Amino acid sequence: MLNKSATDTQVTHLQRLWLYALCTLVIFFLIIPTLLVIPMSFSDSRYLSFPPESWSLRWYRAYFSSAEWLQATAVSFKVAFLTMILATTTGTLASYGLHTTRARMGKYMMVLLTMPMIIPVILLAVGIFLTFAPVGLNSTIAGLVLAHTVLAIPLVMITVTAGLKNFDINQEMVARSMGASRPWAFLTVTLPQIRNSVLSGALLAFIISLDEVVIALLIAGGDKATLTRRMFLALRDEIDPTIAAISTLLIVFSVVMLALSQFLQSKK
Amino acid sequence: MTITEHTTPEPPMNKRALEKQARAQQRNELSLSLPAFILVGSLVLVPIGWLFWLSIYGSDGFTAENYVRLLHPSYKKTLITTFELAFLVTGLCILLGYPLAYLASQLKPRMASLVLLCVLFPFWTSLLVRTYAWLVLLQRRGVINTWLMDMGLIDAPLKLVHNFTGTTIGMVHIMLPFFILPLYASMKTVDLSLMKAASNLGASPVKAFWQVYVPLTLSGLGAGVILVFVLSLGFYVTPALLGGGRVMMWAMQIERSMAVYADWGAASALGVVLLVMTLGILWAFARLTGALSSVEGK
Amino acid sequence: MHDVNKTSGPVSAGPGEASGRDRALPISVKSLTKTYGAFNALNNVTLDIRSGEFMTLLGPSGSGKTTLLMVLAGFVRPDSGSVLFGDEEVLLLPPHKRDIGMVFQNYALFPHMTVAENLAYPLKLRSIAKTEIRDRVNRALDLVQLGGLGDRGIDALSGGQTQRVALARAVIFEPRILLMDEPLSALDKNLREQMQFEVRALHDRLGITTVYVTHDQREALTMSDRIAVINDGQIQQVDPPQRLYERPKTFFVASFIGETYRLPVDIANGIASLFGQPIKAGGPLESTNPQQALILRPEMLHIAEGNPGPDENQMTGTLRQTVFQGDSIVSYISIHGDHEIAVRSQHRSNQTLPEPGSQVRLSWLIQDTVILPEDGQT
Repeated sequence: MLNKSATDTQVTHLQRLWLYALCTLVIFFLIIPTLLVIPMSFSDSRYLSFPPESWSLRWYRAYFSSAEWLQATAVSFKVAFLTMILATTTGTLASYGLHTTRARMGKYMMVLLTMPMIIPVILLAVGIFLTFAPVGLNSTIAGLVLAHTVLAIPLVMITVTAGLKNFDINQEMVARSMGASRPWAFLTVTLPQIRNSVLSGALLAFIISLDEVVIALLIAGGDKATLTRRMFLALRDEIDPTIAAISTLLIVFSVVMLALSQFLQSKK
Repeated sequence: MTITEHTTPEPPMNKRALEKQARAQQRNELSLSLPAFILVGSLVLVPIGWLFWLSIYGSDGFTAENYVRLLHPSYKKTLITTFELAFLVTGLCILLGYPLAYLASQLKPRMASLVLLCVLFPFWTSLLVRTYAWLVLLQRRGVINTWLMDMGLIDAPLKLVHNFTGTTIGMVHIMLPFFILPLYASMKTVDLSLMKAASNLGASPVKAFWQVYVPLTLSGLGAGVILVFVLSLGFYVTPALLGGGRVMMWAMQIERSMAVYADWGAASALGVVLLVMTLGILWAFARLTGALSSVEGK
Repeated sequence: MHDVNKTSGPVSAGPGEASGRDRALPISVKSLTKTYGAFNALNNVTLDIRSGEFMTLLGPSGSGKTTLLMVLAGFVRPDSGSVLFGDEEVLLLPPHKRDIGMVFQNYALFPHMTVAENLAYPLKLRSIAKTEIRDRVNRALDLVQLGGLGDRGIDALSGGQTQRVALARAVIFEPRILLMDEPLSALDKNLREQMQFEVRALHDRLGITTVYVTHDQREALTMSDRIAVINDGQIQQVDPPQRLYERPKTFFVASFIGETYRLPVDIANGIASLFGQPIKAGGPLESTNPQQALILRPEMLHIAEGNPGPDENQMTGTLRQTVFQGDSIVSYISIHGDHEIAVRSQHRSNQTLPEPGSQVRLSWLIQDTVILPEDGQT
């Protein structure tokens, strides 16, 4: 079997064995480190050995009994949820408007709205900190939501625009010819059909906000600290093993999100 | 009815009303982007402008002092470290990521999805979680050192973290998915019958690979390279955690100037230079690929 | 299927159908112009469509026919001009206020709704009572022979069924005008011909003014009361099918509809001569250009025995080849060395075919003789 040809240039599997080995290593490199955190979080010792010498749930208990960690978690999820709502609505509306308009401004606006993606986050963070200071938006939920929304809008727009490109705009035209005003046609005909793109974008917005570290580091202080900020500070100062438990929970959450997004993709 | 001839020019009917209506429609469509524009404008454009202003306007008026200070050796060191890391990480991503993308693009759909899932999994996992995983793996009493010592391969723990090495490993792990995904997409569009043709014309498999396949994937490769490089330049989290303070990256310098020294002049000047560098590289890349595709006759 | 001197007679009048005829409106298009940058999509187009008429806009792709339809629908805004539905200027009205029914090439049925929901959509917009909506949906389904299929999803329908749902949806709310953009082009040949019949029958039954866009000249000839031939954003000719076919007014119309041969004629002192031989034109000459073209349709030509009759023109040529095709024979004749004409004639077993290389005469009726200036000239 190893002598069977594997490519269009008649290279056999045997000759490509090194490639298979290398790729396997790379795949291991990609997923093993993250997965190792899971069993380590059940380790009883402070030094998180692998494999754990003794198993316990002490780090999970530490997390669930810590007011600060739970507060930070609540903040993170609240901000992520609100970001998802705000970014998805503003992004979807903008995508629709720019997709259908003939105005020349449309192209420039699209570039402008996707710009936050290419600007280094540290810059955005510093700038937003500066801008929020005089209006007291630093260390507030509202401020965080606004900042994260700006990060999420480009991705929502890219996703929704792709969905709109696959949508047959004739359907909206037919609906309008039958008597539907433009907003009504959008709501009853277009939106239900780009639903998967919009939901994908919403999911991305949620995850971006949840995972965001740099901006949260600079502007989310005090009791409005996010989970990411706490984790970062804890990691920088001393490796608190509770983080292993939190990480495991986050990993499970990520896998669920990934599965959801793949599901939505397959239904497009 | 015969062919409509151009007779005495009548004033165009309804022209003004139609133009007015067209303008109103465009206004309505653009106004849908207004909320997003207000957000991006006030939180991106205004702050960056403000930063730029801060970098050139000090307490005594306009000054170039902030930029001049950047020539100081400590800033130079930061610059060199940042670029070294960016180049190294990009290079490693190419070495590790290209073969994987190549293999994945040739697998049957089921296997390919599996491999892609393995690439997407770190992509969807929190950055902090992944950085933490490496912290735990690489530290002195971490998994890797413990294993190596248990197996007798080393006597003393290797210094794998809180230095340049650890930072590199962590960054490669973060950047690989960013590199592999666009490259994979580009590879899927390659017409493999061209490889057959090359083989038929006398090229050995190795030659065919380098002379036919790789050039065809150049656009995806370029996109991946630029993405990883630019991201690495401005990266903060992983170098901050895995570098142990010994790896001073540009983004960390900015944060330090601001948070520790409240030196807005330095922070803003550093920020502006970083931004210009980032945009410059992206623009150069865009021009290059534009030039390339016109050469390829696309 | 239709009569050039049409007086409308419905197949059978049902409720709501007689009112369709009363509501049918004439359309008046004046001086429509639309440019996209340097491209002239519509060039000062003027057209009158009669109340209840089946008007086809016929032309090649890029001719402007779809653009014109879209202007009528309200989805393309022209640079200037006027569009009247009856007495009402509609050009500044948004599409949803124009009360028109539309059928698109790909039907544009809503995939996230069932057949019945698709049909109910326009009725719901008009605040009609639920029970009446149900009745009208059922009646509409019966009208297009799809009774009982209301709960089907869109992807469960065949091509022909999808077409019929699109048609039903376009007329269920009794619009004043029906617009159709190449609705049959996605169907295979047999289905297409059957649907041509059904679409026309629906039009007759409802008495609604219909504007139909197609690039298929045979379809246009089959279905229309009148055809407007469009090219390069201008209307070349508007006439009933037969007159359009027999009396094309421009070179483009002649060559776009039906098969044509063209032979060069010289005009001098009002007399046309073909390769030196004078021929009589079927009507007054459209232009005084000394170089024009004689338009001949192959079915007009027959191989003559002797001299031309008093109502015939004639030309001579060399027979190159005859091909036996079962029910007919095709003769390939070379005229004046460089024009090749194929003439089809019925085969009779007692016929002796002329030898290749021999001289033959081709006759055609004077009244079928059309002489026009070349394309692009006056």
